[in-house]
Amino acid sequence: MAKLTLPVGKRDHVRGPQDAAVTLVEYGDFECPFCGEAYGDLKEIETRMGPRLRFVFRNFPITTAHPNAEGAALAAEAAGAQGKFWEMHDILYENQDALELESLLAYAQSLGLDTRQFVEDLKAGRFLSRVKEDFMSGVRSGVSGTPGFFINGIKYEGSYAIPDLLPALQHAAAAKTSS
Amino acid sequence: MATAVRQEKTLPQGDEAKSREQKGSSAGAALPPGVRAPDFTLQTTPDQTLSLREFLGCPVVVVFYPADWSPVCGDQLALYNEILPEFKKHQAQILGISVDGIWSHLAYTKDRKLRFPLLSDFEPKGEVAARYGVFRKAAGVAERALFVIDPEGTIRWSHVSPIGMNPGADGILSALEDLEAHRKT
Repeated sequence: MAKLTLPVGKRDHVRGPQDAAVTLVEYGDFECPFCGEAYGDLKEIETRMGPRLRFVFRNFPITTAHPNAEGAALAAEAAGAQGKFWEMHDILYENQDALELESLLAYAQSLGLDTRQFVEDLKAGRFLSRVKEDFMSGVRSGVSGTPGFFINGIKYEGSYAIPDLLPALQHAAAAKTSS
Repeated sequence: MATAVRQEKTLPQGDEAKSREQKGSSAGAALPPGVRAPDFTLQTTPDQTLSLREFLGCPVVVVFYPADWSPVCGDQLALYNEILPEFKKHQAQILGISVDGIWSHLAYTKDRKLRFPLLSDFEPKGEVAARYGVFRKAAGVAERALFVIDPEGTIRWSHVSPIGMNPGADGILSALEDLEAHRKT
């Protein structure tokens, strides 16, 4: 059973309470249509799980197949440096067909980011090593395609559709609380 | 373009073997570690061939896969394409092999922007895959199988996945690391 080799820590983008019973880590690519599909399901799952769930996102851009995936990942990280990672994450998944530089800039503007800093970060590839670190941590944990999920550090092999993923998370939450 | 697939359910080991059997699995088992890797010469472009022996002196990762264009393969090869720098760190060469014809390989390479060679095990069909014990005769295609071959030409690691499952790259990278650690001692 594949395990998450890089534990969730301070470096990560986290949504949900620190002491949640379940931690769901996603390895995702902003240009991947399956990740886009999963995005909607995950939103609902987060609502339904409430404070029992902590959600973590890590980058896994397949750049040769998705030419804008790396730029989008860098944009999310650059927004993150200005405290708006999740806002950018959501915008990117809601606008998967418009991820070229011009659009990324417009999103930064709409979030009220310091666009000069944002552009500088993108151009300098300031967060490239972080994105690569995310990617390789996924590869070494057995992620072979996106989206890839880990529930409390164990690779989840089922589908991300709500009828499959939600019970798996609920089960993990119940197991954690009873132990 | 979809490069990802919905995750498939993992079958327990026993069921997986049974399922492979039912689908007409390869006659023999995949060649195990310790065995000399059979040499081969296959076409990689209409006027070029590649032989395994050309790569003596560096590790080789041989990736057998069922077919160009099938979504899981695309995903698998896209992943290897993405981590070519990791293979390069080990001076390893990666070779993809399927029974597809050379023209399919060329179109596929161009479409997916692959930066490693695909070899055509086309005539006699699947002969190389069969020599490695990974030809599924009934289906007429190679298994989804991985071999890591050391610089002297001996197989050091092999792995066969269920046909619809992307094996990822962790096993290959671990095998390459083991190879390097072993050579240093």
